Amino acid sequence: MTLFADPTLWLPLAFAALMGLSILVYVVLDGYDLGVGMLFPFATASERDRMVASIGPFWDANETWLVLAVGLLLVAFPYAHGTILTALYLPVAIMLIGLILRGVSFEFRVKAPAPHKWAWNAAFFAGSLMAAAAQGWMLGMYVMGLEHTLGNALFAAASAVFLCIGYSLIGATWLILKTDGDLQRKAVRWARGGIWGVAGGLAAISAATPLVSPRIWEKWFSVPEIFLLAPLPILSGVLLAVLWFSLRRLPTADDQFAWLPFTATTGLVILAFIGLAYSFYPYVVPERMTIYEAAAAPGSLFIMLIGVLVVVPVIIGYSALAYWVFRGKATELRYD
Amino acid sequence: MEALDTLLLSRIQFAANISFHILFPTITIALAWVLLFFKWRYNRTGDYDWMRAYFFWVKVFALSFALGVVSGITMSFQFGTNWPGYMESVGNIAGPLLAYEIITAFFLEAVFLGIMLFGFRKVPGWLHTFATAAVAVGTLMSAFWILVLNSWMHTPQGFEMRDGVAHVTSWMEIIFNPSMPYRLIHMLLASGLTVAFLVAGISALRWLMRDRSNELRKTMRVGVWMGALLIPAQIFMGDLHGLNTLEHQPAKVAAMEGNWETGSNVPLVLFALPDEEARENRFELAIPNGASLILKHSADGVVPGLNDFVAEDGTIEHPPVAPVFWSFRVMVGVGFAMLTLSWAAAFAMRGGRGVEGLPRPLLWAFVPMALSGWVATLAGWYTTEIGRQPWLVHGVLSTEAAVGDVPPSMVMSTLIAYLAVYAVLLAAYLGVLVHLARKQAHGAEPEPGRAADPAPEMTPVPAE
Repeated sequence: MTLFADPTLWLPLAFAALMGLSILVYVVLDGYDLGVGMLFPFATASERDRMVASIGPFWDANETWLVLAVGLLLVAFPYAHGTILTALYLPVAIMLIGLILRGVSFEFRVKAPAPHKWAWNAAFFAGSLMAAAAQGWMLGMYVMGLEHTLGNALFAAASAVFLCIGYSLIGATWLILKTDGDLQRKAVRWARGGIWGVAGGLAAISAATPLVSPRIWEKWFSVPEIFLLAPLPILSGVLLAVLWFSLRRLPTADDQFAWLPFTATTGLVILAFIGLAYSFYPYVVPERMTIYEAAAAPGSLFIMLIGVLVVVPVIIGYSALAYWVFRGKATELRYD
Repeated sequence: MEALDTLLLSRIQFAANISFHILFPTITIALAWVLLFFKWRYNRTGDYDWMRAYFFWVKVFALSFALGVVSGITMSFQFGTNWPGYMESVGNIAGPLLAYEIITAFFLEAVFLGIMLFGFRKVPGWLHTFATAAVAVGTLMSAFWILVLNSWMHTPQGFEMRDGVAHVTSWMEIIFNPSMPYRLIHMLLASGLTVAFLVAGISALRWLMRDRSNELRKTMRVGVWMGALLIPAQIFMGDLHGLNTLEHQPAKVAAMEGNWETGSNVPLVLFALPDEEARENRFELAIPNGASLILKHSADGVVPGLNDFVAEDGTIEHPPVAPVFWSFRVMVGVGFAMLTLSWAAAFAMRGGRGVEGLPRPLLWAFVPMALSGWVATLAGWYTTEIGRQPWLVHGVLSTEAAVGDVPPSMVMSTLIAYLAVYAVLLAAYLGVLVHLARKQAHGAEPEPGRAADPAPEMTPVPAE
């Protein structure tokens, strides 16, 4: 086991994997609740209450994965943390203000005087949109190597649009799972609309990433890598097809397969994420800084790793408990 | 002078964010335990009024928690966007402490919050109590890790510098650094007092709105007694914390006292306008020997002065005097107002007199004092944080060295955006507190011009 002989080699890799896992979990989980927020304008007043009820018990824990991801970047790769976040100064600020508006509107829209409810609904939508668009912009800029040029900005803008559509799709499939009746039928229609945006977004990012860097081109289009990587696009195609056919059949009479679109969408996110991770490894700042150059001291990483390995299974355990307690179709949220 | 502008703007921005943020954890840390107390009383007595109190205050908790979470996320990003030098220099120490906060506290709170808020009818009673306890423990652990890190920035130890980067030599020394126990207990008591006066203040407001429910009588008693018991402990703890600061950060204490020259028989300055240009106090009103008595417990004790912290070339190495001097006085002043009010109220309510025993002026005094904990907490944090300047990590990293290379225009524009959002949210938060109090006070009675409240269980129980 030569890999484990040198902690300066495997510790940064372990933390990169943990950070990747946090980002992935975040995108799926907060993806569905940001998506539900962006679908707000298309719903009626009572549907909106139901939509919020479907995410109310979960959103806070979902957002904590973002804190963990940026926390791991902060603590495990302190040199990259500053470089990435100062380069993304404005979109980070927009995302944060979006997350603030989104998070507090959950509470205010039901606790503020009734005449103010419309304003908090608007803030809920705007916050979700700001956060999603800023994240898409940051993804695009990151793929383009954090260089601020006009071409890159256009790509980042396209990426922002695609991520908003992508989150809306995850949100719509979540609603198919958690609701019934008219709202579920509506959610199926929303999901059908989102599928094209997602296919386009996946294609655009996949096409652009190898073109940006000869190194990534080399990693994808050489033998035998191209054969080992072939399952990624093939599986993505299969999942898109599953999504497409299931959305044409849903909702079914006995609510069978309501879980299928959300599961397929989650699978798509995982595949896209694996593709990106493969392209950028071992860089944490694209083409500039590897995870090994950016890592904190092995002693500090090790003490965190122990904590993470003990606690993350516990976190997964009690998250499962929360999802089990609030399983089934979303009902009205009551304190008493 | 571009660097200075970014530095100053970044400091204002971080100060704005952290000031806004701390308001809400200050409430949630102690309110979680108060809710657990309500739940425990209900479990023991079966008196449903305790659950009514729980349901009312859990709404305040949920709202405060949401505001705390979102403003906390902002800060975790700002370490990187505005202060990259901080993590690059002391990341090996700050990193694991923040990571332990996230994994031991954040997730615990966030996951069980859902069950605590919405699970009363969905899960067995013991699980709901357990969820409340988990959230309470989570908030406490979160406070512990953050105060460990903050205290370490004031009294750093357990590390060595190699090539400008701090490396850990002893985690025990880092965690149990000299100011940590004092600062942690001081902050936990501050949180307890903030909640005591918030609970008493909102309860007084509801009483003045003619709410006579038994639930309200209970919460008023809890608030008054909590305040009356915690405030002497806090005054005692604050004194110990001050003595600890005198030992480790004498320049900060000199600024708090407004004392320029080191010497014995130093007076306690009650009022003054410290003038840093002339290096003296204007319009000074002081008690002879007071500062020597408080800090050294003897009239001729030697107290450090600010002029000891000026380098030979004239560089000022002490914090700005006026803000530290004044925020310290605001904190102490609010503390004594809390003492007076809570003891007067506890006396008026003695022997089963209850809320009826409180004269109206006293009830009215509780209403603005609902926010007294916020004022004292902010003033206390300003004292200690401005008092650490010009250092970010005392003696290790200067604030100036940690700031990021971002154009001032960008810092300025985001600062304005944050301030606007925070102003709206703060106004909305206070508005909703009053709205919730009014809704609870009027129960199902339809208000003029507004539809009846649809929730029948909110009907207040008739008095006695």
